[in-house]
Amino acid sequence: MIKQHWLVQHKGALILLPSLILTTIFIYGFIGSSFFFSLTNWRTLAIDLSLRDPLWQTYADMFTMPRFQADLRNTFVFTLLFIGLATGIGLGLAILLDRQISQKGWFRNTFLFPYALSFIVTGVVWRWIFNPETGINLFFNFLGINRALEAAGMDPLSPGWTTDPTIVFSVNQLLYHLWPDGRVLQIEWGIPVALIPIAIAATWQLSGFVMAMYLGGLGGISSQIRDAAQIDGAGEIRLYSSVIIPMLNPITISTIIILLHVSLKIFDLVFAMSGVGPGFATDVPAIFVFEMMFKAARYNLGSAASIVMLVASSVVIVPYLIHTFKTRES
Amino acid sequence: MRIFLIAFILLFSACQSETNKQIEVFSWWTSGSEAAALESVINAYQSRYPDVEVINASIAGGGGSAARPVLQTRLIGGNPPDTWQTHHGAELMGQYINPGFTSSLKDLYESEGWYDLFSPSLIDMISKDGHPHLVVLNLHRSNTLWFNKHVLSEHQISIGESLSIEELFQIAEQLENAEVTPMCMGDSGIWATGIMFENTLLGTIGADRYKGLWNGTTTFNDPDVMEAIRVYSQLLDYLNDDHAALSWDQGADKLVQGKCTFYSMGDWAYGEFIRDGFKENIDFGWVAHPGTDGIHLMVTDGFTLAHNAPHRQETMDMLQIMGEREVQEDFNLLKGSICARNDCDRSRFGPYLQWAIDQYEYGVSVPTVIHGSAAPADFQQALNDALTDFVVRRDKDVFAETLVREARASGFGP
Repeated sequence: MIKQHWLVQHKGALILLPSLILTTIFIYGFIGSSFFFSLTNWRTLAIDLSLRDPLWQTYADMFTMPRFQADLRNTFVFTLLFIGLATGIGLGLAILLDRQISQKGWFRNTFLFPYALSFIVTGVVWRWIFNPETGINLFFNFLGINRALEAAGMDPLSPGWTTDPTIVFSVNQLLYHLWPDGRVLQIEWGIPVALIPIAIAATWQLSGFVMAMYLGGLGGISSQIRDAAQIDGAGEIRLYSSVIIPMLNPITISTIIILLHVSLKIFDLVFAMSGVGPGFATDVPAIFVFEMMFKAARYNLGSAASIVMLVASSVVIVPYLIHTFKTRES
Repeated sequence: MRIFLIAFILLFSACQSETNKQIEVFSWWTSGSEAAALESVINAYQSRYPDVEVINASIAGGGGSAARPVLQTRLIGGNPPDTWQTHHGAELMGQYINPGFTSSLKDLYESEGWYDLFSPSLIDMISKDGHPHLVVLNLHRSNTLWFNKHVLSEHQISIGESLSIEELFQIAEQLENAEVTPMCMGDSGIWATGIMFENTLLGTIGADRYKGLWNGTTTFNDPDVMEAIRVYSQLLDYLNDDHAALSWDQGADKLVQGKCTFYSMGDWAYGEFIRDGFKENIDFGWVAHPGTDGIHLMVTDGFTLAHNAPHRQETMDMLQIMGEREVQEDFNLLKGSICARNDCDRSRFGPYLQWAIDQYEYGVSVPTVIHGSAAPADFQQALNDALTDFVVRRDKDVFAETLVREARASGFGP
């Protein structure tokens, strides 16, 4: 037997090696260094890598900051609003297109088109649309809605959109009731009104993508299944609610995971549309990280917040990855 | 890996070798008047050194909000521009001098005789251990109260040489009753309302105690500071409704359009008024923000010399030109500010700027916290965050306590 050259013997390992080294340094190495910085006293431009005493004080400070609490609330509320709207509308569009309407290709491309834009572009355009002076509010005058309201003795309709600091459906009293130490919460827990326009803009951009995901899924459901359901006497609504949508569950899960990671990491859309917003009504952790790192030069605090973001994404992504690996192996 | 390293080194040295006669000037001056002013300095340089290529590395964003993150990354990464724009005081000291990113300019100051031509208090604020590290190009005044003269004369209101806070509230009440918005604001960038806070604070507690805030002899929960917070909160009640959607210059445009009356803002607004064709003393007037007559709340712009600047000699030439009298005059006429040198020809400047020169020369100067001169960057951010919260919730105690805590954490508060 001819002995193979060692390069050939270790072909697999050698091919993997460069990417392994790069991943180790540029992903895990940097995660590690960020985590280390979050434990230090580094809060000026001059690098100070002495450890803080107590070690976790930066995290403790951060979680008691009203701004960071608002960020966590906003991420939670935004995620719910955005994922609910985007999957709902995306599924609706997919079903409509799947029902053989004319000009299907044209509609599909139209709905998918916003996905091709960058979030910055979307943010700037929607900032103009929701500008309280010059945006959508002019339509209320133009269409005569405000005249009708005034005639009925009511105030004209002029929402502040992203400039409105109101928090609706506040649950603070309930929280204090359930958790007497809840006074550490320094902000109103509820739905910041200013987040709604942002969720609308994000939905506008991504519902086309959700539609494309579902169209793929719907294409995979054979007409025999539909026929069988109809023969069994299922009506249109029943057909979708009991047969087709449950069959789309794997698509729904993938879609939600993808949207979740968009919403947990969102930065550019919010930054372009409203910034931190009135009273941090639209602030998100990514903006917090950016401002603490690069404006305040508080490298320890910025690193701590980015570690929290990483953990939050991992909580979502890791179970999904484990699940996919398991299904592949079996 | 070694091959990678060698490739990198070769790549970088290839880039370096081409850059023999260049100078990179880093700033955030990109808007109309700012860019024109910077251009006048660069032109002055190039007329004398035509064979040097000037790289104008400007990044848009008011007060350097977008430029500083880029600069920070370049400095920490060891790739500094030759010279960059910064405010004086804590920003210069904490961000650039103390970490060792800048070089001393003492020789330049001595050979050019600048110790006699810049005020000693200004030189003090740009020096460490007797070594100046900045050439100051211009002085802005942050504490001016601008007003639309037409709106006031329509309501038979006239304003003298100065205005007290009680008089301002009286006029505001009168305007409000006539359904005119008394105060202008555009605080989509929170620093704009910070200017009004800073001015109110200075006007209520006076220059000495204001200075004391930054060395720990005055605290943020002092009864007089609490009174300033109360007055500021009362001023917030008179703002235009859409202030949170507008940028600071859109707030100035509202004053020009007569949709609001008073604007407590630095004199970069002056440039905005002039550009809109608004005439000083005819269309708009000004007084010191109530309580701050004779105090100059100073915002400066200056340029540094990078430690290990890639083009040291070219940078020294540039800085020397920046300190010249005629260059400063030309620059400041375009920028709408006053010279940092004290021998500029005042007859070249208009009525407002002459007033500002008097206020500066015969008054006391204090540093601005909003533009980073009075306190380190971490406190500056903490103040902005506390203001973002305060303008909505109006909780005076939480506001004051936060500032006390953050001042201590930042290392200057008691």
